[in-house]
Amino acid sequence: MTAPRTVTAAASPGPGPGPGPARRGWRAPSVIPGFGPTLGITLGYLGLVVLIPLAALVWRSTELGAAAFWDLARDPRTLAALRTSFGAALIAAGVNAVFGALVAWVLVRYRFAGRRLLDAVVDLPFALPTAVAGIALAALYGPQGWLGKPLAALGIQVAYAPAGIVVALVFVGLPFVVRTLQPVIAEIDREWEEAAASLGARRAQTVRRVIAPSLLPAWATGFALALARGVGEYGSVIFIAGNLPHVSEIAPLLIVIKLEEFNYPAATAVGVMMLSISFALLLVINLLQAWNRRRLTDAR
Amino acid sequence: MPANPTAPQAPPPPTGEPPLVRAGLIAVAMAFLAAFLLMPLVSVFAEAFARGPAAFLAAIAEPDALAAIRLTLTVAAIAVPLNIVFGLAAAWAVTKFEFRGKALLVTLIDLPFSVSPVISGLIYVLLFGAGSALGPWLQGHGLQVLFALPGIVLATVFVTLPFVARELIPLMEAQGTAEEEAALTLGAGGWATFRRVTLPNVRFALLYGVLLCNARAMGEFGAVSVVSGHIRGVTNTMPLHVEILYNEYNFLAAFAVATLLALLALVTLAAKTALEWQRSQRRRAAGA
Repeated sequence: MTAPRTVTAAASPGPGPGPGPARRGWRAPSVIPGFGPTLGITLGYLGLVVLIPLAALVWRSTELGAAAFWDLARDPRTLAALRTSFGAALIAAGVNAVFGALVAWVLVRYRFAGRRLLDAVVDLPFALPTAVAGIALAALYGPQGWLGKPLAALGIQVAYAPAGIVVALVFVGLPFVVRTLQPVIAEIDREWEEAAASLGARRAQTVRRVIAPSLLPAWATGFALALARGVGEYGSVIFIAGNLPHVSEIAPLLIVIKLEEFNYPAATAVGVMMLSISFALLLVINLLQAWNRRRLTDAR
Repeated sequence: MPANPTAPQAPPPPTGEPPLVRAGLIAVAMAFLAAFLLMPLVSVFAEAFARGPAAFLAAIAEPDALAAIRLTLTVAAIAVPLNIVFGLAAAWAVTKFEFRGKALLVTLIDLPFSVSPVISGLIYVLLFGAGSALGPWLQGHGLQVLFALPGIVLATVFVTLPFVARELIPLMEAQGTAEEEAALTLGAGGWATFRRVTLPNVRFALLYGVLLCNARAMGEFGAVSVVSGHIRGVTNTMPLHVEILYNEYNFLAAFAVATLLALLALVTLAAKTALEWQRSQRRRAAGA
């Protein structure tokens, strides 16, 4: 790894791309070719596929005018749908924060039969299409399902009720918490725990005062990622939710309904509100990840 | 994602949980994963084969189901290669050069992950639908975008755009530019350097990115649902066909088509596990 670097430093004319290159203009000089074409492809593709279509949404919403937008935004059904999406996502992210942390801890710290299988299964929600997850959860938690039937006997209705939305969002959000926490748990220096133990801390104290604080940034990041995913989730939810307006209708479904009615202004208004929530969450996640990285580098 | 930390070789440190607590935590984790992940997966196959393999095969061989499979394969065959080219170009631009605005560019590449799938479809409906300037003009020139293949491909490209780039960027960032610079110094051209130095170095990350991109492209539901128009046998992809069958209370057929998508997910997971195992083996070999 080090040998080629010295060769280049000797061979490259002028200010080489060594550590801390002198910036001229907006980019550092480099001997590597292909900057123009690759950046051109990247920007052109992003512009065509992402930026122009997103701009179309924002443009259409400004066409509505502030008064019309405000009326559409205050519609009780819209507000109820946004509240359902956000509330269910919040609860599901909370469930995942608790159980996801437990799963991550168990997978990293303990050795037991079936651990590798469980570890692989955690990624299932990333790989399984949401529609498949949706019908599977509806069948499992439905009145005749393997879990729905015993739960119904206890008087708990999950499918076709708001609880069903939470179940679907727990499914889609779980890997975000587990996969964010796992590497951080693996990084924890066991000497700290040993030090705490030898200084007389009970295990519960060590967990609360030594381990939990070091996991906090990753924990918050995982929670926020699961929340962001849950707010916008559609496919896995609509089969199990029951989709009753004002009760179990999520915001993305409301957009689909408005589009099917060719009510583009209403769909645009809901879409812009959801996009604003997503961007706000994205900002929070970026700040949390920066905190997370800082903690990791400080620890070393 | 190093999911496999090195196994403890030393005797159990004085810092672990008591055996009973440990067993309890493992049991709770297993029960949670079973109720939320394993049982749904198993129930897909159980429902699909509820009336035997013959009924399962008949449901899959039905003409509309075959049309849906064909459309899904076509969409993935267009969207995935486009995103591979984009992912390689973006990763090269971002990791081999220093320029202003790089952080913003990386955020933009990740942006589709933060957008609700329904909104990913909505933006194309607003761009090409009735009431826009572009849609009717294209239609006048014989190109139907919405409720047709181009719209489905566009929505799929949008939601799967980050996968390849996201797998490549961290790895290529870590590998630095030294090997490329050495190759160039020794007289290799830019293209040969990319093909013979960079590409072999990132081939497993690239493969994993392509797998994830493909799984999502074949399984995307929300975005495609909004732009497809749900014309049976024409613009229904496999996930949309699952929805239609399910809403018609044709559960057996819905779950039969769903098993194909579940198998795709299982293959993706198996490949991921194999790649990760291989990576950890190589890391161990390099460390030894």
